[in-house]
Amino acid sequence: MPEAVLKISHLTKRFDDQTVLDDLSLEVREGETVVIVGPSGCGKSTLLRCVNALEDIQGGEIRIRGEEIRHDGKNLPEMRRKVGMVFQNYELFPHLTVIENILLAPVKAQKRRREEVRAEAMELLERVGLKEKADSLPRQLSGGQKQRVAIVRALCVHPDILLFDEVTAALDPEMVREVLDVIIGLAERGKTMLIVTHEMSFARAVADRIILLSDCRILEESSPEEFFTAPKTEQAKKFLQSFEFRRSR
Amino acid sequence: MDWAYIGRVLPLYGKAAWLTFRTGTAGILLAAAVGLLGAAALRWRVPVIRRIVSAYVEVSRNTPLLVQLFFIYYGLPKIGIRTDPEFCGIAGLAFLGGGYMTEAFRSGIEAVDSLQEESALSLGLTQSQAFIHVILPQAAAVSAPAVMANVVFLMKETSVFSAVSLMDLMFTAKDQIGLYYRTAESLLLLVGAYLMILLPLSMLGTFLERRLRHAGSGT
Ligand SMILES: Nc1ncnc2c1ncn2[C@@H]1O[C@H](COP(=O)(O)OP(=O)(O)O)[C@@H](O)[C@H]1O
Ligand SMILES: [Mg+2]
Repeated sequence: MPEAVLKISHLTKRFDDQTVLDDLSLEVREGETVVIVGPSGCGKSTLLRCVNALEDIQGGEIRIRGEEIRHDGKNLPEMRRKVGMVFQNYELFPHLTVIENILLAPVKAQKRRREEVRAEAMELLERVGLKEKADSLPRQLSGGQKQRVAIVRALCVHPDILLFDEVTAALDPEMVREVLDVIIGLAERGKTMLIVTHEMSFARAVADRIILLSDCRILEESSPEEFFTAPKTEQAKKFLQSFEFRRSR
Repeated sequence: MDWAYIGRVLPLYGKAAWLTFRTGTAGILLAAAVGLLGAAALRWRVPVIRRIVSAYVEVSRNTPLLVQLFFIYYGLPKIGIRTDPEFCGIAGLAFLGGGYMTEAFRSGIEAVDSLQEESALSLGLTQSQAFIHVILPQAAAVSAPAVMANVVFLMKETSVFSAVSLMDLMFTAKDQIGLYYRTAESLLLLVGAYLMILLPLSMLGTFLERRLRHAGSGT
């Protein structure tokens, strides 16, 4: 069995006295794509933010390839480079061009050679169909283009795992596909990913494993086939029904 | 108007204008540095320092520069620190301006969404790299109008330097009026010299503001 890239053990996260995640354990192995679904407000974003140490945690531990990542830990920037994050609203840096957005962390934080990173970045931009946008500013791009740039930016840091937090939720419907296709391409290339999404057919296509998060816990964990055709829990059935439309005649 | 007299004292005013410009610029640059540090301390909620910065901002903005100068000029020697007038002027301006600049930078930094910083951190930048490369450029665009207004305001405040016997423009004009009763000529030279320093500053401010406005908005 491939090694665990991400290992979350007994994670507890509270905001003041509200418990958002309670004794949650989860593993993502090398090359695996795990999709998290669940009702709004159940703590999906919080879970991803904990993995990137953007939140402190009140219990348990999170390890990336065996090394602990903590909000107050040492080598935090170095540990964070092992975890790539793509945000719902892209979070490109508006004062930098596309290529400068991508080069910033590899050149300034990783001290890699500019020319070498640029070559890699241009290749990735070409693969997502944005080579000619390298010198554009973010505000000159559509939402779908911005999100593809954000994905390339995260990839260029060479993270061990990529986190996606509802990366198509802010997009117009016609742009959703171009972004999701990029992510499916990454899955095919064996990238290790943890994805939060509300796009059910995408989840079914991309996931090796699906996790239903609800009431601060993992309620269900199964293959996509099983999850969508034979959900085990009552909550999973309810959750899936909320995506279906039916007209009573 | 006695043009021959004006011609004769022009070098004197030139020297005074240079002094005003030099001390003003030094004080303003220091004030900007203090402001940046102050705003960074407020942003990062450095526990004790944050309190001190807040108190400092209130004190510096709510006391007249003249009073601050007297403190430095007459107070420091009392605790054994000898100073010359030029140092006093620069220090006073930096003290006053530091408070205003802290406020100007703070409001700019606050306007930058915290997700921008988190995005930079998630890429593995350190806090200070995120501050320098991501937050500050965007904050600068927002702060620019306030900062430039402060620059002009602080440069004008140098006119009280004469009170600690700095031979600046005000000092020279008062001196000339006192000695030779050349009131009209002296006032003309005084206004002219200040305009020559301040108008380019104002224009630079307008120019920078236009250039920087692009950097701020939109994601
Ligand atoms: N910074 C915060 N402070 C306090 N409560 C928060 C904070 N962030 C999230 N929460 C709360 O944590 C819960 C989970 O939020 P979130 O992880 O964003 O849910 P999801 O992404 O699944 O919609 C919500 O009830 C939300 O109100
Ligand atoms: Mg969310």
